[in-house]
Amino acid sequence: MPPPAQHFAASPGWEWWILGYFFFGGLSGGSYAIGTLLRLVGTAADQRASRVAFIASFLALLPCPILLILDLGQPLRFLNMLFDMSDGGLAFKPESPMSIGAWALLFYGLFSFVSFLGAIADSGWHAADPIARLLRGTVGIVWSVIGTGLGFFIAGYTGVLLAVSNQPVWSDGWPLGGMFLASSLTGAVALLLLLAHTRRGVDAGTAARLVVADRNFAILETVLIAVFLVTVAIAGTIGKVLGVWLLLWLVVAAGLAAPFVLSRVEAARRWPPVMAPVLGLLGLLALRAVVIFSAQT
Amino acid sequence: MAAFEERPVGFFTDTSICIGCKACEVACKEWNQLEGNEPKLLLDSFDNTGQLDAENWRHVQFIEHLPESSNGNGFVPTPTPIAGGQAWLMMSDVCKHCQNASCLEVCPTNAIVRTEFDTVLIQQDVCNGCRDCISACPYGVIGFNEKTGTAHKCTLCYDRLQNGMQPACAKACPTESIKFGYLDDLQKAADQRLAALQTAGYKKAELYGRDAKVYGGLNAFFLLMDKPEVYKLPNEQNAVLPSRNNLPGYAGAVVTAIAGLVAGVLAFRSNRMNERS
Repeated sequence: MPPPAQHFAASPGWEWWILGYFFFGGLSGGSYAIGTLLRLVGTAADQRASRVAFIASFLALLPCPILLILDLGQPLRFLNMLFDMSDGGLAFKPESPMSIGAWALLFYGLFSFVSFLGAIADSGWHAADPIARLLRGTVGIVWSVIGTGLGFFIAGYTGVLLAVSNQPVWSDGWPLGGMFLASSLTGAVALLLLLAHTRRGVDAGTAARLVVADRNFAILETVLIAVFLVTVAIAGTIGKVLGVWLLLWLVVAAGLAAPFVLSRVEAARRWPPVMAPVLGLLGLLALRAVVIFSAQT
Repeated sequence: MAAFEERPVGFFTDTSICIGCKACEVACKEWNQLEGNEPKLLLDSFDNTGQLDAENWRHVQFIEHLPESSNGNGFVPTPTPIAGGQAWLMMSDVCKHCQNASCLEVCPTNAIVRTEFDTVLIQQDVCNGCRDCISACPYGVIGFNEKTGTAHKCTLCYDRLQNGMQPACAKACPTESIKFGYLDDLQKAADQRLAALQTAGYKKAELYGRDAKVYGGLNAFFLLMDKPEVYKLPNEQNAVLPSRNNLPGYAGAVVTAIAGLVAGVLAFRSNRMNERS
């Protein structure tokens, strides 16, 4: 066992605004990917859910730049993330995940917005019909695939951003990017299932497929959480991650277990159908909260 | 006064002659017009500053500890000849102005730059207060100022350097524990001082940041009387850049994205196959 990692860094004070951004950014990126998957490999009956996913993706994205700007000490200088005010050129640093993330958010916003317009046009808002027609062919497939890549980036880079630091826990846990990405997929499916249960029109077969996807993503997320915990245990900082944060970990565990428990435990079948999706969304929030706050206390 | 030559400058802080007077802290605050924080009773030796932050660009550490017993490997049980073997170490801590600076590496706005004197400076008119530099600095040097909404740290008195004056802390230090000068001159002085101490029996004395082993070398380097971690400085093995996690972080995310796509395709496509059959 190597000696524990030495950490003497100060806390950056990233708190509620950043938690909100990580939550909505994860939901948005995950929803876009689910929308593309349903569109490309789903049945005709799945297309309605695909449109809902693209709409949810854009709506979840809307608060993201606001939250990020509010977190800045100098909110009016948010453009400094994109433009170098020293020389008037572009501010782009490949070694800085925050710099890449700012650009990715800009481009992802464009892809998410256009896909949103296409989805609402297909849902009956005819003013955006030209965009919907454009997105129906090969162009639409290419657009969705690129948008999914960007969506995955938005869902996962936040974990890489934390890891690219010298903070305890964050810098000890390189799997954070993958873990956040996996939990974004789980959370996005939970959101779609919640919408399916609370709104009419989502095909029952689609809902069943989403439940299967939810279980698959939950397994993936569980593996990534295990790898993350091993890395922080090796670094000697697992005490910070567990400790007083056990309640949040229980919420994470409940969100991951819910899709399995509901289908196999008789008593759980009497729960309201929205229970599992709500737990899934709370799990997404709790996972990010425990990672953000545990390192800074 | 003429400005200094555009050559690397820095601090050599010799902790063996620091007396903990805090004149450096006062001079720094006075010159840089730092208000300081509310005084706190920290119950930590003579320290009531606490840590480096936006209001404290110099911080005198007081380290009281009993050294380990001799292990027969040349370990000196009494590193300082005071109080019957109990060590009372003092060090005036400051931004290290690293050659490979973690803060400069992650700063997304290019607000953090290297000056003509090879020091690391936060441009206050460019910084937008994202605080990524605070997250990255391994020494806990940078602090966030709520009033200005920006990150602050030691400038190595950039304004004084431009006008041919040495930094305020070095000028105020009564024992010359803080030495300012051109980096190559400081390195020579440090080598001589270390040799003298080791000849006198201080086997644990070492230079920290004198060479490239720690962040490519530090423009503000130290002569320490104990291990670096005693002074809250990461040792060579732990002096690592944030960017070390870029490749594994992104690679892990890419692998997860592919696994997620496969998991999604299996979920959505299997049922389509069922519907067809």
